[in-house]
Amino acid sequence: MTPDQAPEFQPGIQPRPSLWRRLDMLSRRGLPAALTGMAVLLLSAPFGLPGQAELLPGVVLSSVFFWSVFRPASMSSPIVFLLGILVDLLGFGPPGVMLLVVLLVHGVALSGRYGFSRAHILVLWIVFGGLSLAATALQWGLISALSLHLVPTVAFAFQWVLGVGVFPLLCVVFSTLGRSIANPDRA
Amino acid sequence: MIPLSITLRQALERLVLPILIVAALGIILLGQADRGLTERVRMGLADILAPAYGLVVWPQEQARDLLGRMRDMGRIEAENQRLRAENANLRHWYDVAAALADENAALKANLHWMPDPAPSFVTGRVVRDTSGLYARSVLVAANVDAGIHKDEIVLDGSGLVGRVTEIGSRSVRVLLITDASSRIPVRLEVSHGAAIMAGDNSGTPRLIYYPQDNPPIEGERVVTNGEIDTMPPGLPVGQIHYVRPGQPVVIPFASLGHLDIVRVFDYGRSAVVPPDAPGRIPVRRPADSLPLPFPSPLGRG
Repeated sequence: MTPDQAPEFQPGIQPRPSLWRRLDMLSRRGLPAALTGMAVLLLSAPFGLPGQAELLPGVVLSSVFFWSVFRPASMSSPIVFLLGILVDLLGFGPPGVMLLVVLLVHGVALSGRYGFSRAHILVLWIVFGGLSLAATALQWGLISALSLHLVPTVAFAFQWVLGVGVFPLLCVVFSTLGRSIANPDRA
Repeated sequence: MIPLSITLRQALERLVLPILIVAALGIILLGQADRGLTERVRMGLADILAPAYGLVVWPQEQARDLLGRMRDMGRIEAENQRLRAENANLRHWYDVAAALADENAALKANLHWMPDPAPSFVTGRVVRDTSGLYARSVLVAANVDAGIHKDEIVLDGSGLVGRVTEIGSRSVRVLLITDASSRIPVRLEVSHGAAIMAGDNSGTPRLIYYPQDNPPIEGERVVTNGEIDTMPPGLPVGQIHYVRPGQPVVIPFASLGHLDIVRVFDYGRSAVVPPDAPGRIPVRRPADSLPLPFPSPLGRG
C-alpha cells in the first residue's frame, strides 16, 4: 500500500496541481467513505435479503477498521462520526449507540495502525474478530442498559459472526480499490 | 487555511476523536431524554430516502412479477389440462341442462301449460308479536305503498306464515296459520288427499275434513291447495304428525315462534275473476219424474 500523504520533503520542485487533478485526488480520497455510506444506505434499503440488518454493522465496522488502519486520511474521525450518525438514523435502536461503537473502533484502529498495517491479513482478521466482539458486546450492553432489560444475545452473536465472516472479503475489495481507483497518488 | 504550528495542529487532531466520542455520549443522552426528536429526525431522513427506496423496490417487484409469470408459464401445461377436463365436464352438464330444458318445454307444451305469473313480493321485518290469548298474529313493518293488499300471502324462508288481514300506513297485520280463525285449504303430497288446516291457537294446527278412506300419512308434506283465489298451489306449509291416533296435526315449516324477516307475496290471483258457472240449471228431482216402483202405502188421493 502506498502511503497516502506525500513526504514532508519532496525532492525537486513540483508544479501546483491543477483544479481537475485536485478534484480527482479529492474524489479518490473520499471514495472509501462514500462507498461505506452507499453500503449503509443499500443495506438499509428494503431488499428483503435474509440477514441484511445484521450484516450492516459488520460491514460498517469492517470498513471503518480497514480504512482507519490503512488510510486514516480517507476515514477521518469526523467522517466516522457522520457514518455513525447515518447508521443510527437508519436503524431503530437507541440513538448514538452505533455511533459510539464505530468511534471507539476507529480510535482503537488508529492507535494501533502502525502495528496492524504491517501484520499479516490473518492476524488482522483475528484482531478484527476480537475488536468487533468487544464492539458487539458493548453495543448489546448499551442497548440493554438503555432499554432497561436484557435484549436477546442471539441476534448480536449472529451479527458478530456475519461481520467477522465478511471482513476478509471486504479486505480483498478494499485492497483492490485502494491500489486502483481509491488511490490519490494515481490521480 | 489558518496557519497553525505543527504541534498545535497535531494536538487539535488528537483532540478531535475524544470530542466526537463525548458528542456520541451526548447524543445517547439526548436520545434518551427526547425520544420524539429522534423519531422526527429519523422520519425526516426516511422521507428523503423514500423515493430512492421506491426505486429500489420497483425492480424487485418487477422481477418478482416476472418470476411468478414464468412460473405460471411453467405450470401452464398442467393448468391447460385441468381446464380442458373441466371444460369437457361443463360441456357435458351444459348439454344435459339444455336437453332437460328442451324436454321441459316440450312437456309443458304437450300439457298446454300456462306459466304462472311471477309473483311480486315485499320484504318486511316482523316488529311485534301481537298474539294474545285468543289470537296469533304479528305486525310486519313493510312499505305498504309498494303494493300490499289484504289477503296476500306471507312466507318466511321455509314456509307459509299466514295471511295479511289488516293494512296500516306503514305496517300490516298478519294472521298466522296457527290462529284459531285461520282455515287454509291444503293438499297432502303423498296421499294426495285434500284437507283443511285449522288453527287452534297452539303451535300445531289441526287437520280437518281429510278423507276418511285416505288418511294422512305421518311425516308427509303439506302444501297449499290453491283453491282459494289468493293462494297458489304448492306453497310449503308443514308436515303431518299424529299426536294420537286419528288426530293428525301439521307442524309448520315456518318458524312461527320467532319470525324475523318475512315476505308478503302478491300472486295477483284475486284480480282473476272466476267465470260464472255455466248452465247452472236446476235439474228436476228424480222423484218427480220417475214413478215409484211400489204403490204408496198411503194411496193416492
